[in-house]
Amino acid sequence: MLSYEFVENMKQKKSMKMNRPLIKLFVLTIILSIVLTCSFCFGRYHIGVLDLFKILFSRVIHMDKTWTDQMEAVVFNIRLPRIILSCMVGSCLAVAGVSYQGVFQNPMASPDFLGATSGAAFGAALAILLGLSSAMISAYAFLFSIITVGLVYLIGRYSPGNPVINLILAGIMVSSLFTAGTSFIKLVADPMNELPSITYWLMGSFSGAKRHEITFVAIPMLLGMIPLMGVRWRLNLLAMGDEACESMGVNANQMRLVVILASTIITAASVSVSGMIGWVGLVIPHLCRKVIGNDYKYLMPTCMVTGAIFMLGVDNISRNLLETEIPIGILTAFIGAPFFIYLIFRKESRLS
Amino acid sequence: MIEVNQLSFSYGNHAVLKNLSFSVEAGKLISVLGPNGVGKSTLFRCLLGLNKTYKGTIQINGADIKTLTTRKMAETMAYIPQSHVSTFNYSVVEMVVMGTAHRVSKFSTPSVQDYEKAYDALEQMSMRDYAQRYFNMLSGGEQQMVLIARALAQQAKILLMDEPTSNLDFGNQLRVMEKIKMLAERGYTVIQSSHNPQQAMMFSDEVMAMYAGEITAKGAPNEVVTKRLLETLYQTHVEILEVKGEQLILPLWGRRRV
Repeated sequence: MLSYEFVENMKQKKSMKMNRPLIKLFVLTIILSIVLTCSFCFGRYHIGVLDLFKILFSRVIHMDKTWTDQMEAVVFNIRLPRIILSCMVGSCLAVAGVSYQGVFQNPMASPDFLGATSGAAFGAALAILLGLSSAMISAYAFLFSIITVGLVYLIGRYSPGNPVINLILAGIMVSSLFTAGTSFIKLVADPMNELPSITYWLMGSFSGAKRHEITFVAIPMLLGMIPLMGVRWRLNLLAMGDEACESMGVNANQMRLVVILASTIITAASVSVSGMIGWVGLVIPHLCRKVIGNDYKYLMPTCMVTGAIFMLGVDNISRNLLETEIPIGILTAFIGAPFFIYLIFRKESRLS
Repeated sequence: MIEVNQLSFSYGNHAVLKNLSFSVEAGKLISVLGPNGVGKSTLFRCLLGLNKTYKGTIQINGADIKTLTTRKMAETMAYIPQSHVSTFNYSVVEMVVMGTAHRVSKFSTPSVQDYEKAYDALEQMSMRDYAQRYFNMLSGGEQQMVLIARALAQQAKILLMDEPTSNLDFGNQLRVMEKIKMLAERGYTVIQSSHNPQQAMMFSDEVMAMYAGEITAKGAPNEVVTKRLLETLYQTHVEILEVKGEQLILPLWGRRRV
């Protein structure tokens, strides 16, 4: 009897601790690979699954050529960069959102919480106004995004009172300042060329995805993502309040700085190539919290995978739904907002 | 062993702690009594190394805490806050395993051994069956037990508790106090601030009374907790009766102010 109980106990312990979240993560990874395959196949130029795998593997091992050069060009030059980019952006926005939520202990936090996106918007609008190249537009967006959050952090850190609330307030203020700046640029921009391209940039899109863009953002994304994944479990401790966190041996201010810095870098890198894509950083973290719980040990990787799935899926819709491409920022809002309302109504024990 | 020498702390011009000196022996349960706002929490923040701008010295096992890192501090001392409701709901075991953070290296997650420690700690608090329940859904008494288990998982020998029974009902207050007493008997040094002099008297090895930023009395509960002390601390009339060998504090109503 005793040994039976012991075995049951161990079973329960094990399944609770390890297996269930890992199984869920595994299933999500399979879903991601299915969505990936679909993204390669669907489009104005249809490519069969078999051809697709042949084309992909032909680069590694020798294969008899049963496909056209045009198909190969579509796969490698058009779809591959776009797919990689949307996966990276989706992962980064979701991870940044969930990290901000942990740092601020606030379920409403998202990547634009500290003004990263409004700063990027201002930078991009400014670059378009100055008539710069697309690479420079991305660079400006990235730079201004970092500058904005830096400003917010300095104001929040060195003003008296609760650092978390100060950061949030500073974020709202500085964001609205840069949004006003963007509006002003739109006002003075040439309404024939510059204004439409600013507006289009603000709506967000992966349509111009190029290989050099991927290399441009891969470095900052890795620089931010690696430390975030490393310290992810410790984010839990911040949710316990600063005093408890420090008494358990983790320096709260230092943690906050590292996480804000890393999340900002990946957000800035994302928006600098994709434009303004809202909702991903808010909806995906909450969806993942429902699926896997609030422990960042599993939550963070889940967000990474789910963010990529969502972004790829939405980008497929944006490419295929209508004759003209729908800017992805519009779609994420159309899909994200109702979905979020659904999540709120399906309130379970895990959220709040 | 904790030794506090000439500890003073002030928020701006407002002096909260004035020249406190005391020591706490290992394995003792000490209750800190005093009216609201007397500086109990400030004293705790100093002991935990969170208020770093104090004057005087605090030594733990002979080492000045200003020379200890946050991680080293966590090894020697654990803090149990008043029940804390976090924005995001964690399961009990996820919560308790956080106590092992100082042993988990910076870029890592807790190992299987760390989870074992968490389960052991829950076992000690008789909360093993609650491991998969969600913290925010538990009653106040259960939450307090989980927070104590988290401190045990930290494996520090000194436990600092901020009014551990303040939000609990009558039965839970006693149950939590019994557990705390048990921990002291197992060799933990427990310093708790208490809002309830009756409890402090019944359960602790020593009582330390604070008033106006100073220590007014410290020693065995029966000697320290007197009618005069309580009337000074809480500005109310009391009588101390002896019932079945226990000292019983009886508040006198009607004439509240001294």
